Amino acid sequence: MLAFLIRRLAQAVVVMFVISIISFSIQDNLGDPLRELVGQSVSEEERQALRDEMGLNDPFLVQYARFAGKALQGDLGTSYFFKEPALDVILGKLPATLDLVFGATLIIIGFSIPLGVYAAIRPTSLFSKLVMGLSTVGISIPVFLTAIGLIYLFSIELGWMPSYGRGEAGMLFGFWDTAFLTADGLAHLVLPCFTLASIMLPLFIRLIRSEMMEVLQSEYVKFAWAKGLNPKRIYFLHALKNTMLPVITVGGVQIGTMVAYTILTETVFQWPGMGFLFLEAVNRVDTPLIVAYLIVVGAIFVITNTVVDLIYGLVNPTVKLFGGK
Amino acid sequence: MKRTATILAGAVLGLSAMTLQAETLKMAYDSDPISLDPHEQLSGGMLQLSHMTFDPLVRWDRDMGFEPRLAEKWERVDDLTMRFHLRKGVKFHSGNEMTTKDVEFTFNRLKTSPDYKGIFAAFSGLNVIDEYTFDLVTEKPYPLIINNATYIFPMDSQFYSGEDENGNPKDMLVKFGDSFASQNISGTGPYKVTYREQGIRLEFDRNADYWDKESKGNVDKIVYTPIKEAPTRVAALLSGDVDFIMPVPPADLKRIDSTDKVDLVTMPGTRIITFQMNQNRVEAFKDVRVRQAIVHAINQEGIAKKIMRGFATPAAQMSPEGYLGYNAALKPRYDLKKAKQLMADAGYADGFAITMMAPNNRYVNDAKIAQAVAGMLAKINITVDLKTMPKAQYWPTFDERAADIMMIGWHADTEDSNNFFEFLSACPDTTTGLGQYNSGNYCNPEADKLMAQANVETDPAKRAEMMQQIEQILYDDAAFIPLHWQNLAWGARKGVDIAPVVNKMNFPYLGDLVINK
Repeated sequence: MLAFLIRRLAQAVVVMFVISIISFSIQDNLGDPLRELVGQSVSEEERQALRDEMGLNDPFLVQYARFAGKALQGDLGTSYFFKEPALDVILGKLPATLDLVFGATLIIIGFSIPLGVYAAIRPTSLFSKLVMGLSTVGISIPVFLTAIGLIYLFSIELGWMPSYGRGEAGMLFGFWDTAFLTADGLAHLVLPCFTLASIMLPLFIRLIRSEMMEVLQSEYVKFAWAKGLNPKRIYFLHALKNTMLPVITVGGVQIGTMVAYTILTETVFQWPGMGFLFLEAVNRVDTPLIVAYLIVVGAIFVITNTVVDLIYGLVNPTVKLFGGK
Repeated sequence: MKRTATILAGAVLGLSAMTLQAETLKMAYDSDPISLDPHEQLSGGMLQLSHMTFDPLVRWDRDMGFEPRLAEKWERVDDLTMRFHLRKGVKFHSGNEMTTKDVEFTFNRLKTSPDYKGIFAAFSGLNVIDEYTFDLVTEKPYPLIINNATYIFPMDSQFYSGEDENGNPKDMLVKFGDSFASQNISGTGPYKVTYREQGIRLEFDRNADYWDKESKGNVDKIVYTPIKEAPTRVAALLSGDVDFIMPVPPADLKRIDSTDKVDLVTMPGTRIITFQMNQNRVEAFKDVRVRQAIVHAINQEGIAKKIMRGFATPAAQMSPEGYLGYNAALKPRYDLKKAKQLMADAGYADGFAITMMAPNNRYVNDAKIAQAVAGMLAKINITVDLKTMPKAQYWPTFDERAADIMMIGWHADTEDSNNFFEFLSACPDTTTGLGQYNSGNYCNPEADKLMAQANVETDPAKRAEMMQQIEQILYDDAAFIPLHWQNLAWGARKGVDIAPVVNKMNFPYLGDLVINK
């Protein structure tokens, strides 16, 4: 186990290094940060003086070496816009993004398992066909359209839900702020979480349905029927457990993807999280923040994948992660 | 007994009337100020903040006239000197009293700000006469002293003196980093900042000691949220989550206007949108007939109506109405037949091919406007290879003069016509900085001479004549392609009476905002 973790850590370092090189080398193509920092009528000379001061005129390798040296000590640079260490800014917005991801995950689990299982057990029923039809529609509507549609219906026309923002967040353990603790926060969570879930939910319904149908055809399920076991026991204990194996693998990878999708959801809902921050940083050419964001998201991917591999090993003992015979 | 009861009832009524008056304003703009330091950036957002938390010496009124604020009055002493008399008894948020010392401190700080030093370059100094009187002195006779006084928002010199916990001077001006002044604020303005989470929320409380007792403003708390996405901003207003939004996107103007519970206020703005034809890159652009043909081929009215949905005022010059240089005789000249004739006269009846570049997230509908203009040029056989890009990439490209026709919008920081000429149409000169944004390389020494004269002419009537003449020259030379001035639009819940406090410069004077129940 320890060897596995160490190997993963080494991989993570390589991934981080590659991400940092790539994000660092694209920053010149994003535009000129000075333009966002100064007024329009500031002279070219003034701008050049500022660029010198910021070290933007140095050669690429000098800039990268300076960045890497600091990064090794945990300093990913200072955001031009927030004037604070970029890593602090991003980690400060992390709870808001995880709120969304967590809420969306709950929705996905809560809906996809019953719906997927039902559609597998009763594939010919009208309800199943309706679910499958809607999931096709859901998968093909872009996420910002879903968001605007939800705002239009539930905020403007019906007036049930707040239209933007995160509301009043509560504090968990005194340092982690989460909107799940207050009524106001929960109300603000509903629309963005459903929006975010709308991308993955159809995928998971379909995945669970097809996996379940396959499992229901297998020999051991037929044997269970022959033995006269209770249908509930067959469906929910024997069949469902084996259905979930591939779902966990896909789910782990998709959580990382979901973090990436928060960029759109957060932007439409003005949700003060990392994704919104990133898009703003791109618009402002806040390069230290962009680089730090990419590195943090890269780290999230590596961590979730590692955790998924570990869980997979626990659920399915036949899989050997740690080498051995 | 009965009388006591009446008095009591009266007192209770009076009290409830007072509590009724106290209103909270929830507002959403498309962005929030980048800092609390008013000198860090010269931008609309920073000036909006300055007008809430500070007061200028003088401010613009709705008709582009001057309204005394912290300077009660001023008079010209001689050609080079203007004397200002400060209002007495004005207190900063910190409780310190404002005197000429603070104005001097602010003036000296402006002179070191990269963004403001250009505007204040004409001044040789500020002479303190006594606690409430000072002189602004210029090197040459300078007509824009009062215009520039609208940028002097006295800062609390005592509050910004000394060292912060990092050992840096509190008045340090940092463009890209942490400083005391970027996180702390003490002005004389109607609102104090009580909470700030950058990019998320700003909260203000009314300054109880505000000097302007005549102001009818009854907003005692402001919650300011930047909402970047236009549809979300509009939704927030329509659903009642916010009371006041700016800007309203053109696509939603009709909707806001036709909704009963919200009001729409629009007015012509002062930002001109133009295209410049680069004479160094395209030989044909050196021919005035070709430039005229292009200007005649562009249907400004059509663009304003169809693309901007009436949200723009078609232009034939740079100065908007209200500026001294505005020449009422100049009208848009769309005439396709004449355009074709001019092209034929110049020997380009078969046209030619050019490149065009425009930003796609800087001005309202910028990319769509560029596409429309490209389409219009096709009618006189000029084929356009158009490229649009985000503003962050556009500006470096613009500096390289990377295309034959480039889009540029401009707002005069001094609210004066000469500012347009200096940056957009003057002969480019890297030593003086003139023509810094003249990507067309248009150059007419006669216009430049008039511009230089207008810069030292202190008689407004004579200046107006000179600057209107410059507009005429640019018009006759077809120096650039004028399109329109972007209109401004604000939306507010019914009862939030924004119409009297908004203005062309887009610095709503929220201290004077009245909310009716």
